[in-house]
Amino acid sequence: MAINWFKYAAPTNFYGLAGKLIPWFAGFSLVLFAAGMYIGFFVAPADAQQGEFYRIIFIHVPTSILSMVLYMVMAGYAALGLIFNTRLSAMMASAIAPTGALFAFISLWTGALWGKPMWGAWWVWDARLTSELILLFLYLGFISLHASIDDPRRADRASALLAIVGSVNVPIIYFSVKWWNTLHQGSTIKFSGTSMHVAMQQAMFTMLAALWLYALAVVLARVRSIILERERHTHWAQEVAA
Amino acid sequence: MIWASWNDFWAMGGYGLYVWGSYSVVALVLLLEVRAAGQRQRRAIAQVHEHKEDTDI
Amino acid sequence: MKLLVLVIRRDLMLAMRRRADVLTTLFFFVMVVSLFPLGVGPEMDMLRKMAAGVLWVAALLSSMLSLGRLFATDYLDGTLEQMLLAPQSLSMLVLGKMIAHWMVSGLPLVLMAPVLGLQFDMSVQALGILIVGLLLGTPILSMIGAIGAALTLGLRGGGVLLSLLVLPLCIPVLIFGTGAVEAIANGQSVASHLSLLGAVLVLALVFTPWVTAQALRISME
Repeated sequence: MAINWFKYAAPTNFYGLAGKLIPWFAGFSLVLFAAGMYIGFFVAPADAQQGEFYRIIFIHVPTSILSMVLYMVMAGYAALGLIFNTRLSAMMASAIAPTGALFAFISLWTGALWGKPMWGAWWVWDARLTSELILLFLYLGFISLHASIDDPRRADRASALLAIVGSVNVPIIYFSVKWWNTLHQGSTIKFSGTSMHVAMQQAMFTMLAALWLYALAVVLARVRSIILERERHTHWAQEVAA
Repeated sequence: MIWASWNDFWAMGGYGLYVWGSYSVVALVLLLEVRAAGQRQRRAIAQVHEHKEDTDI
Repeated sequence: MKLLVLVIRRDLMLAMRRRADVLTTLFFFVMVVSLFPLGVGPEMDMLRKMAAGVLWVAALLSSMLSLGRLFATDYLDGTLEQMLLAPQSLSMLVLGKMIAHWMVSGLPLVLMAPVLGLQFDMSVQALGILIVGLLLGTPILSMIGAIGAALTLGLRGGGVLLSLLVLPLCIPVLIFGTGAVEAIANGQSVASHLSLLGAVLVLALVFTPWVTAQALRISME
Protein backbone atom coordinates (compact mmCIF):
# COMPACT_ATOMS: atom_id res chain seq x y z
CA MET A 1 0.00 0.00 0.00
CA ALA A 2 1.45 3.30 -1.00
CA ILE A 3 1.03 6.01 1.53
CA ASN A 4 1.67 9.53 0.46
CA TRP A 5 3.75 10.73 3.39
CA PHE A 6 4.03 14.23 2.05
CA LYS A 7 0.30 14.53 2.40
CA TYR A 8 0.81 14.56 6.17
CA ALA A 9 3.37 17.33 6.00
CA ALA A 10 0.44 19.70 5.60
CA PRO A 11 -0.72 20.65 9.12
CA THR A 12 -4.40 20.32 8.23
CA ASN A 13 -3.97 16.74 7.03
CA PHE A 14 -1.77 15.89 9.96
CA TYR A 15 -4.42 17.14 12.36
CA GLY A 16 -6.75 14.25 11.51
CA LEU A 17 -4.00 11.64 11.53
CA ALA A 18 -2.76 12.80 14.94
CA GLY A 19 -6.30 12.69 16.29
CA LYS A 20 -6.59 9.04 15.24
CA LEU A 21 -3.19 8.10 16.67
CA ILE A 22 -3.49 9.73 20.09
CA PRO A 23 -5.97 7.25 21.66
CA TRP A 24 -3.75 4.32 20.59
CA PHE A 25 -0.59 5.84 22.02
CA ALA A 26 -2.36 6.86 25.20
CA GLY A 27 -3.99 3.45 25.62
CA PHE A 28 -0.80 1.46 25.09
CA SER A 29 1.02 3.87 27.36
CA LEU A 30 -1.45 3.23 30.19
CA VAL A 31 -1.21 -0.55 29.75
CA LEU A 32 2.58 -0.51 29.71
CA PHE A 33 2.63 1.90 32.65
CA ALA A 34 0.53 -0.48 34.71
CA ALA A 35 2.68 -3.43 33.66
CA GLY A 36 5.87 -1.54 34.45
CA MET A 37 4.63 -0.53 37.88
CA TYR A 38 3.55 -4.10 38.60
CA ILE A 39 6.90 -5.59 37.61
CA GLY A 40 8.75 -2.81 39.38
CA PHE A 41 6.92 -3.09 42.67
CA PHE A 42 5.69 -6.66 42.88
CA VAL A 43 8.11 -8.79 40.87
CA ALA A 44 11.50 -7.09 41.14
CA PRO A 45 13.20 -8.01 44.40
CA ALA A 46 14.89 -5.55 46.73
CA ASP A 47 18.39 -4.56 45.67
CA ALA A 48 21.13 -6.17 47.72
CA GLN A 49 22.78 -2.87 48.59
CA GLN A 50 20.14 -0.24 48.06
CA GLY A 51 17.18 -1.98 49.65
CA GLU A 52 13.85 -0.68 48.44
CA PHE A 53 14.58 2.90 47.45
CA TYR A 54 16.31 1.83 44.24
CA ARG A 55 12.78 1.49 42.80
CA ILE A 56 12.94 5.20 42.10
CA ILE A 57 15.21 4.49 39.13
CA PHE A 58 12.31 2.88 37.26
CA ILE A 59 11.03 6.40 36.70
CA HIS A 60 14.31 8.31 37.02
CA VAL A 61 16.30 6.60 34.29
CA PRO A 62 13.56 6.59 31.60
CA THR A 63 12.74 10.27 32.12
CA SER A 64 16.45 11.18 31.99
CA ILE A 65 16.91 9.28 28.74
CA LEU A 66 13.75 10.71 27.22
CA SER A 67 14.53 14.29 28.20
CA MET A 68 17.77 14.03 26.20
CA VAL A 69 16.21 12.16 23.28
CA LEU A 70 13.39 14.70 23.11
CA TYR A 71 15.86 17.58 22.94
CA MET A 72 17.62 15.96 20.00
CA VAL A 73 14.29 15.22 18.27
CA MET A 74 13.21 18.79 18.93
CA ALA A 75 16.43 20.15 17.41
CA GLY A 76 15.96 17.79 14.45
CA TYR A 77 12.47 19.11 13.78
CA ALA A 78 13.75 22.65 14.26
CA ALA A 79 16.45 22.05 11.65
CA LEU A 80 13.94 20.51 9.21
CA GLY A 81 11.68 23.50 9.71
CA LEU A 82 14.48 25.99 9.06
CA ILE A 83 15.95 24.24 6.05
CA PHE A 84 12.81 23.13 4.21
CA ASN A 85 10.54 25.81 5.61
CA THR A 86 7.90 23.27 6.60
CA ARG A 87 5.46 24.69 9.08
CA LEU A 88 4.58 21.39 10.69
CA SER A 89 8.19 20.71 11.75
CA ALA A 90 8.38 24.00 13.61
CA MET A 91 5.08 23.26 15.32
CA MET A 92 6.36 19.83 16.35
CA ALA A 93 9.49 21.41 17.83
CA SER A 94 7.51 23.82 19.95
CA ALA A 95 5.08 21.06 20.98
CA ILE A 96 7.93 18.84 22.19
CA ALA A 97 9.62 21.46 24.37
CA PRO A 98 7.21 21.51 27.36
CA THR A 99 7.17 17.73 27.64
CA GLY A 100 10.95 17.59 27.40
CA ALA A 101 11.31 20.23 30.09
CA LEU A 102 8.87 18.36 32.31
CA PHE A 103 10.82 15.12 31.90
CA ALA A 104 14.04 16.94 32.75
CA PHE A 105 12.36 18.30 35.87
CA ILE A 106 11.08 14.85 36.87
CA SER A 107 14.53 13.42 36.31
CA LEU A 108 16.03 16.02 38.66
CA TRP A 109 13.31 15.62 41.29
CA THR A 110 13.54 11.83 41.39
CA GLY A 111 17.32 12.06 41.22
CA ALA A 112 17.30 14.17 44.38
CA LEU A 113 14.96 11.77 46.20
CA TRP A 114 17.13 8.85 45.16
CA GLY A 115 20.31 10.69 46.08
CA LYS A 116 19.28 11.48 49.65
CA PRO A 117 19.24 7.86 50.91
CA MET A 118 22.07 6.93 48.51
CA TRP A 119 24.60 9.59 49.44
CA GLY A 120 22.91 11.37 52.32
CA ALA A 121 22.55 14.54 50.22
CA TRP A 122 19.67 15.83 48.13
CA TRP A 123 21.99 17.06 45.47
CA VAL A 124 25.49 16.08 44.44
CA TRP A 125 27.34 17.71 41.58
CA ASP A 126 27.51 14.54 39.59
CA ALA A 127 28.26 15.01 35.90
CA ARG A 128 24.97 13.52 34.77
CA LEU A 129 22.79 15.42 37.25
CA THR A 130 24.55 18.66 36.38
CA SER A 131 24.11 18.06 32.66
CA GLU A 132 20.44 17.33 33.25
CA LEU A 133 20.10 20.66 35.05
CA ILE A 134 21.74 22.49 32.15
CA LEU A 135 19.44 20.63 29.75
CA LEU A 136 16.48 21.96 31.73
CA PHE A 137 17.92 25.48 31.35
CA LEU A 138 18.18 24.95 27.59
CA TYR A 139 14.55 23.83 27.42
CA LEU A 140 13.42 26.83 29.45
CA GLY A 141 15.41 29.16 27.19
CA PHE A 142 13.72 27.67 24.12
CA ILE A 143 10.26 27.98 25.67
CA SER A 144 10.74 31.54 26.89
CA LEU A 145 12.18 32.71 23.57
CA HIS A 146 9.26 31.19 21.71
CA ALA A 147 6.78 32.69 24.16
CA SER A 148 8.19 36.22 24.03
CA ILE A 149 7.99 36.64 20.25
CA ASP A 150 4.50 37.59 19.08
CA ASP A 151 4.88 36.86 15.38
CA PRO A 152 4.53 33.05 15.17
CA ARG A 153 6.75 32.75 12.11
CA ARG A 154 9.62 34.64 13.70
CA ALA A 155 9.06 32.76 16.97
CA ASP A 156 9.33 29.42 15.17
CA ARG A 157 12.44 30.35 13.25
CA ALA A 158 14.26 32.10 16.10
CA SER A 159 13.67 29.30 18.60
CA ALA A 160 14.57 26.72 15.95
CA LEU A 161 17.95 28.38 15.51
CA LEU A 162 18.38 28.42 19.29
CA ALA A 163 17.54 24.70 19.51
CA ILE A 164 20.13 23.88 16.85
CA VAL A 165 22.81 25.97 18.56
CA GLY A 166 21.86 24.24 21.81
CA SER A 167 22.09 20.76 20.31
CA VAL A 168 25.55 21.51 18.92
CA ASN A 169 26.51 22.72 22.37
CA VAL A 170 25.08 19.78 24.31
CA PRO A 171 28.01 17.40 23.62
CA ILE A 172 30.52 20.17 24.46
CA ILE A 173 28.64 20.94 27.67
CA TYR A 174 28.43 17.27 28.61
CA PHE A 175 32.12 16.75 27.94
CA SER A 176 33.13 19.84 29.89
CA VAL A 177 30.93 18.96 32.87
CA LYS A 178 32.35 15.44 32.93
CA TRP A 179 35.85 16.85 32.72
CA TRP A 180 35.07 19.26 35.56
CA ASN A 181 33.62 16.39 37.59
CA THR A 182 36.66 14.12 37.29
CA LEU A 183 38.88 17.10 38.05
CA HIS A 184 37.16 17.60 41.37
CA GLN A 185 36.85 13.88 42.06
CA GLY A 186 33.17 14.35 42.60
CA SER A 187 30.83 11.46 43.11
CA THR A 188 29.78 9.45 40.12
CA ILE A 189 26.52 7.57 40.02
CA LYS A 190 27.16 3.87 39.78
CA PHE A 191 24.68 1.12 40.20
CA SER A 192 25.57 -1.34 42.92
CA GLY A 193 28.26 -3.77 41.88
CA THR A 194 25.95 -6.71 41.37
CA SER A 195 24.40 -6.91 37.93
CA MET A 196 20.82 -5.79 37.64
CA HIS A 197 18.15 -8.38 38.23
CA VAL A 198 16.24 -9.34 35.05
CA ALA A 199 12.96 -8.10 36.51
CA MET A 200 14.57 -4.73 37.27
CA GLN A 201 15.63 -4.36 33.65
CA GLN A 202 12.19 -5.40 32.47
CA ALA A 203 10.53 -2.85 34.73
CA MET A 204 12.84 -0.09 33.51
CA PHE A 205 12.36 -0.83 29.82
CA THR A 206 8.60 -1.19 30.20
CA MET A 207 8.44 2.18 31.92
CA LEU A 208 10.67 3.66 29.20
CA ALA A 209 8.25 2.42 26.53
CA ALA A 210 5.25 3.67 28.50
CA LEU A 211 6.72 7.15 28.93
CA TRP A 212 7.80 7.24 25.30
CA LEU A 213 4.23 6.54 24.19
CA TYR A 214 2.94 9.06 26.72
CA ALA A 215 5.27 11.70 25.26
CA LEU A 216 4.08 10.87 21.73
CA ALA A 217 0.44 11.18 22.74
CA VAL A 218 0.78 14.44 24.62
CA VAL A 219 3.03 16.02 21.97
CA LEU A 220 0.58 15.11 19.23
CA ALA A 221 -2.28 16.52 21.30
CA ARG A 222 -0.35 19.75 21.75
CA VAL A 223 0.53 19.95 18.07
CA ARG A 224 -3.18 19.65 17.25
CA SER A 225 -3.94 22.64 19.46
CA ILE A 226 -1.13 24.61 17.84
CA ILE A 227 -2.41 23.80 14.35
CA LEU A 228 -5.90 24.90 15.33
CA GLU A 229 -4.60 28.12 16.90
CA ARG A 230 -2.64 29.01 13.80
CA GLU A 231 -5.35 28.09 11.32
CA ARG A 232 -8.28 29.60 13.21
CA HIS A 233 -9.10 32.02 10.38
CA THR A 234 -9.48 29.28 7.74
CA HIS A 235 -12.53 27.41 6.52
CA TRP A 236 -10.83 24.20 7.46
CA ALA A 237 -10.69 25.22 11.12
CA GLN A 238 -14.34 26.24 11.12
CA GLU A 239 -15.32 22.81 9.84
CA VAL A 240 -13.11 20.96 12.32
CA ALA A 241 -14.26 22.95 15.32
CA ALA A 242 -17.92 22.83 14.39
CA MET B 1 4.16 -11.71 46.40
CA ILE B 2 7.30 -10.16 47.74
CA TRP B 3 5.57 -8.05 50.39
CA ALA B 4 4.39 -9.48 53.70
CA SER B 5 1.57 -6.93 54.01
CA TRP B 6 0.29 -3.68 52.54
CA ASN B 7 1.88 -1.82 55.41
CA ASP B 8 5.13 -3.37 54.39
CA PHE B 9 4.53 -2.24 50.83
CA TRP B 10 3.83 1.37 51.73
CA ALA B 11 6.79 1.52 54.10
CA MET B 12 9.25 0.50 51.34
CA GLY B 13 11.73 -0.72 53.91
CA GLY B 14 11.71 2.66 55.66
CA TYR B 15 12.20 4.62 52.43
CA GLY B 16 8.50 5.17 51.72
CA LEU B 17 8.87 8.95 51.79
CA TYR B 18 11.49 8.90 49.03
CA VAL B 19 9.87 6.31 46.80
CA TRP B 20 6.31 7.64 47.09
CA GLY B 21 7.58 11.21 47.04
CA SER B 22 9.02 10.46 43.61
CA TYR B 23 6.10 8.58 42.14
CA SER B 24 3.40 10.91 43.49
CA VAL B 25 5.11 13.97 42.01
CA VAL B 26 5.51 12.17 38.68
CA ALA B 27 1.81 11.26 38.69
CA LEU B 28 0.82 14.79 39.65
CA VAL B 29 3.01 16.43 37.00
CA LEU B 30 1.85 14.10 34.22
CA LEU B 31 -1.82 14.56 35.15
CA LEU B 32 -1.37 18.33 35.16
CA GLU B 33 0.26 18.16 31.75
CA VAL B 34 -2.60 16.09 30.33
CA ARG B 35 -5.11 18.53 31.82
CA ALA B 36 -3.23 21.50 30.40
CA ALA B 37 -3.16 19.87 26.97
CA GLY B 38 -6.94 19.31 27.15
CA GLN B 39 -7.55 22.90 28.22
CA ARG B 40 -5.40 24.22 25.41
CA GLN B 41 -7.35 22.22 22.85
CA ARG B 42 -10.68 23.51 24.22
CA ARG B 43 -9.36 27.07 24.16
CA ALA B 44 -8.16 26.63 20.58
CA ILE B 45 -11.61 25.42 19.53
CA ALA B 46 -13.22 28.34 21.38
CA GLN B 47 -10.91 30.70 19.52
CA VAL B 48 -12.02 29.27 16.21
CA HIS B 49 -15.68 29.79 17.18
CA GLU B 50 -14.98 33.35 18.26
CA HIS B 51 -13.35 34.01 14.94
CA LYS B 52 -16.39 32.66 13.16
CA GLU B 53 -18.70 34.99 15.04
CA ASP B 54 -16.45 37.89 14.12
CA THR B 55 -16.60 37.08 10.44
CA ASP B 56 -20.33 36.34 10.46
CA ILE B 57 -21.20 39.86 11.58
CA MET C 1 39.49 42.38 5.52
CA LYS C 2 39.18 46.08 4.88
CA LEU C 3 35.49 45.78 5.62
CA LEU C 4 36.25 44.16 8.95
CA VAL C 5 38.58 46.97 10.01
CA LEU C 6 36.02 49.51 8.88
CA VAL C 7 33.22 47.99 10.95
CA ILE C 8 35.43 47.64 14.01
CA ARG C 9 36.61 51.23 13.74
CA ARG C 10 33.06 52.50 13.34
CA ASP C 11 31.74 50.58 16.33
CA LEU C 12 34.66 51.64 18.49
CA MET C 13 34.06 55.24 17.60
CA LEU C 14 30.40 54.94 18.49
CA ALA C 15 31.35 53.29 21.77
CA MET C 16 33.76 56.10 22.59
CA ARG C 17 30.87 58.52 22.31
CA ARG C 18 29.06 56.58 25.00
CA ARG C 19 31.98 56.00 27.33
CA ALA C 20 29.68 55.85 30.34
CA ASP C 21 28.26 52.52 29.09
CA VAL C 22 31.69 50.95 28.96
CA LEU C 23 32.50 52.20 32.44
CA THR C 24 29.20 50.89 33.81
CA THR C 25 30.04 47.37 32.69
CA LEU C 26 33.48 47.58 34.19
CA PHE C 27 32.13 49.03 37.42
CA PHE C 28 29.57 46.22 37.65
CA PHE C 29 32.37 43.68 37.26
CA VAL C 30 34.44 45.27 40.03
CA MET C 31 31.45 45.50 42.32
CA VAL C 32 30.26 41.90 41.90
CA VAL C 33 33.76 40.60 42.54
CA SER C 34 34.15 42.77 45.65
CA LEU C 35 30.84 41.63 47.07
CA PHE C 36 31.97 38.03 47.37
CA PRO C 37 34.43 38.44 50.25
CA LEU C 38 31.74 40.40 52.09
CA GLY C 39 29.32 37.58 51.53
CA VAL C 40 31.47 34.59 52.40
CA GLY C 41 33.93 36.10 54.89
CA PRO C 42 37.52 37.25 54.65
CA GLU C 43 39.40 33.96 55.20
CA MET C 44 42.24 34.17 52.71
CA ASP C 45 42.51 30.43 52.16
CA MET C 46 38.93 30.18 51.01
CA LEU C 47 39.14 33.35 48.92
CA ARG C 48 42.24 32.12 47.13
CA LYS C 49 40.38 28.93 46.20
CA MET C 50 37.32 30.80 45.01
CA ALA C 51 39.11 33.59 43.17
CA ALA C 52 39.11 32.16 39.64
CA GLY C 53 35.50 31.07 39.85
CA VAL C 54 34.33 34.40 41.22
CA LEU C 55 36.20 36.41 38.59
CA TRP C 56 34.94 34.20 35.78
CA VAL C 57 31.31 34.25 36.88
CA ALA C 58 31.49 38.01 37.33
CA ALA C 59 32.99 38.36 33.84
CA LEU C 60 30.19 36.17 32.47
CA LEU C 61 27.51 38.31 34.11
CA SER C 62 29.01 41.64 33.14
CA SER C 63 29.46 40.58 29.53
CA MET C 64 25.70 39.85 29.48
CA LEU C 65 25.02 43.47 30.47
CA SER C 66 26.36 45.06 27.35
CA LEU C 67 25.10 42.45 24.87
CA GLY C 68 21.71 44.08 24.53
CA ARG C 69 23.34 47.11 22.90
CA LEU C 70 25.30 45.03 20.38
CA PHE C 71 22.64 45.31 17.67
CA ALA C 72 19.94 47.41 19.34
CA THR C 73 21.30 50.87 18.43
CA ASP C 74 21.91 49.88 14.82
CA TYR C 75 18.46 48.34 14.75
CA LEU C 76 16.78 51.48 16.02
CA ASP C 77 18.47 53.92 13.62
CA GLY C 78 18.01 51.65 10.61
CA THR C 79 21.70 50.93 10.01
CA LEU C 80 21.10 47.24 10.56
CA GLU C 81 18.60 47.09 7.74
CA GLN C 82 21.16 48.68 5.45
CA MET C 83 23.71 46.09 6.53
CA LEU C 84 21.35 43.25 5.70
CA LEU C 85 20.77 44.65 2.24
CA ALA C 86 24.44 45.47 1.62
CA PRO C 87 26.27 43.37 -0.97
CA GLN C 88 29.07 42.64 1.50
CA SER C 89 28.98 39.44 3.51
CA LEU C 90 26.78 39.89 6.55
CA SER C 91 28.85 37.34 8.48
CA MET C 92 31.92 39.55 8.02
CA LEU C 93 30.04 42.61 9.26
CA VAL C 94 28.81 40.63 12.25
CA LEU C 95 32.31 39.41 13.01
CA GLY C 96 33.49 42.99 13.01
CA LYS C 97 30.78 43.98 15.45
CA MET C 98 31.67 41.03 17.69
CA ILE C 99 35.33 42.01 17.78
CA ALA C 100 34.47 45.63 18.52
CA HIS C 101 32.12 44.51 21.28
CA TRP C 102 34.83 42.41 22.82
CA MET C 103 37.35 45.26 22.70
CA VAL C 104 34.89 47.52 24.46
CA SER C 105 33.38 45.18 27.04
CA GLY C 106 35.63 42.11 27.25
CA LEU C 107 39.13 43.54 27.08
CA PRO C 108 38.65 46.04 29.95
CA LEU C 109 37.55 43.15 32.18
CA VAL C 110 40.67 41.19 31.27
CA LEU C 111 42.84 44.19 32.11
CA MET C 112 41.01 44.77 35.38
CA ALA C 113 41.11 41.13 36.47
CA PRO C 114 44.69 41.05 37.87
CA VAL C 115 43.98 43.93 40.21
CA LEU C 116 40.89 42.19 41.52
CA GLY C 117 42.78 38.89 41.69
CA LEU C 118 45.19 40.52 44.13
CA GLN C 119 42.22 41.22 46.42
CA PHE C 120 41.83 37.47 46.59
CA ASP C 121 45.52 36.89 47.24
CA MET C 122 46.09 35.00 43.99
CA SER C 123 49.66 34.06 43.17
CA VAL C 124 51.39 35.72 40.21
CA GLN C 125 51.43 32.44 38.35
CA ALA C 126 47.71 31.89 38.85
CA LEU C 127 47.03 35.47 37.80
CA GLY C 128 48.96 34.91 34.58
CA ILE C 129 46.92 31.82 33.72
CA LEU C 130 43.71 33.62 34.64
CA ILE C 131 44.56 36.41 32.20
CA VAL C 132 45.42 33.99 29.39
CA GLY C 133 42.19 32.13 30.04
CA LEU C 134 40.15 35.31 30.05
CA LEU C 135 41.87 36.49 26.87
CA LEU C 136 40.83 33.26 25.14
CA GLY C 137 37.44 33.02 26.80
CA THR C 138 35.88 36.48 26.80
CA PRO C 139 35.80 36.68 22.97
CA ILE C 140 33.77 33.44 23.02
CA LEU C 141 31.32 35.06 25.41
CA SER C 142 30.92 38.02 23.05
CA MET C 143 30.41 35.68 20.09
CA ILE C 144 27.90 33.32 21.71
CA GLY C 145 26.22 36.34 23.24
CA ALA C 146 25.85 37.90 19.81
CA ILE C 147 23.64 34.98 18.73
CA GLY C 148 21.37 35.61 21.69
CA ALA C 149 21.40 39.36 21.06
CA ALA C 150 20.38 38.80 17.44
CA LEU C 151 17.59 36.40 18.39
CA THR C 152 16.10 38.70 21.05
CA LEU C 153 16.42 41.84 18.92
CA GLY C 154 13.60 44.28 19.64
CA LEU C 155 11.78 42.06 22.12
CA ARG C 156 10.19 43.26 25.35
CA GLY C 157 12.32 42.33 28.34
CA GLY C 158 15.04 41.19 25.96
CA GLY C 159 17.83 41.71 28.47
CA VAL C 160 16.82 39.06 30.99
CA LEU C 161 15.74 36.67 28.25
CA LEU C 162 19.11 37.13 26.58
CA SER C 163 20.96 36.04 29.74
CA LEU C 164 18.64 33.06 30.10
CA LEU C 165 19.47 31.92 26.57
CA VAL C 166 23.17 32.61 26.57
CA LEU C 167 24.42 31.70 30.05
CA PRO C 168 23.88 27.92 29.77
CA LEU C 169 25.74 27.90 26.46
CA CYS C 170 28.72 29.60 28.12
CA ILE C 171 29.22 26.93 30.77
CA PRO C 172 32.06 25.09 28.96
CA VAL C 173 34.02 28.36 28.77
CA LEU C 174 33.58 28.85 32.51
CA ILE C 175 34.68 25.30 33.26
CA PHE C 176 37.82 25.37 31.11
CA GLY C 177 38.78 28.87 32.25
CA THR C 178 38.54 28.18 35.96
CA GLY C 179 39.94 24.67 35.51
CA ALA C 180 43.18 26.11 34.15
CA VAL C 181 43.73 28.30 37.21
CA GLU C 182 42.94 25.42 39.52
CA ALA C 183 45.35 23.15 37.67
CA ILE C 184 48.23 25.58 38.15
CA ALA C 185 47.36 25.93 41.83
CA ASN C 186 47.61 22.13 42.18
CA GLY C 187 50.85 22.03 40.22
CA GLN C 188 49.33 20.30 37.20
CA SER C 189 49.69 21.12 33.54
CA VAL C 190 47.42 23.86 32.23
CA ALA C 191 48.01 23.05 28.57
CA SER C 192 44.97 20.83 28.14
CA HIS C 193 42.55 23.37 29.64
CA LEU C 194 43.90 26.23 27.60
CA SER C 195 44.01 24.24 24.40
CA LEU C 196 40.39 23.19 24.90
CA LEU C 197 39.50 26.83 25.44
CA GLY C 198 41.42 27.66 22.27
CA ALA C 199 39.55 24.95 20.37
CA VAL C 200 36.21 26.38 21.49
CA LEU C 201 37.43 29.83 20.42
CA VAL C 202 38.29 28.58 16.93
CA LEU C 203 34.94 26.79 16.63
CA ALA C 204 33.13 29.93 17.75
CA LEU C 205 35.12 32.08 15.29
CA VAL C 206 34.15 29.80 12.42
CA PHE C 207 30.47 29.29 13.17
CA THR C 208 29.03 32.06 15.33
CA PRO C 209 29.28 34.93 12.79
CA TRP C 210 27.29 32.91 10.27
CA VAL C 211 24.74 31.76 12.85
CA THR C 212 24.35 35.32 14.14
CA ALA C 213 23.84 36.56 10.58
CA GLN C 214 21.06 33.98 10.13
CA ALA C 215 19.52 35.02 13.44
CA LEU C 216 19.57 38.66 12.34
CA ARG C 217 17.80 37.75 9.10
CA ILE C 218 15.13 35.88 11.07
CA SER C 219 14.62 38.79 13.45
CA MET C 220 14.51 41.44 10.72
CA GLU C 221 12.07 39.67 8.39
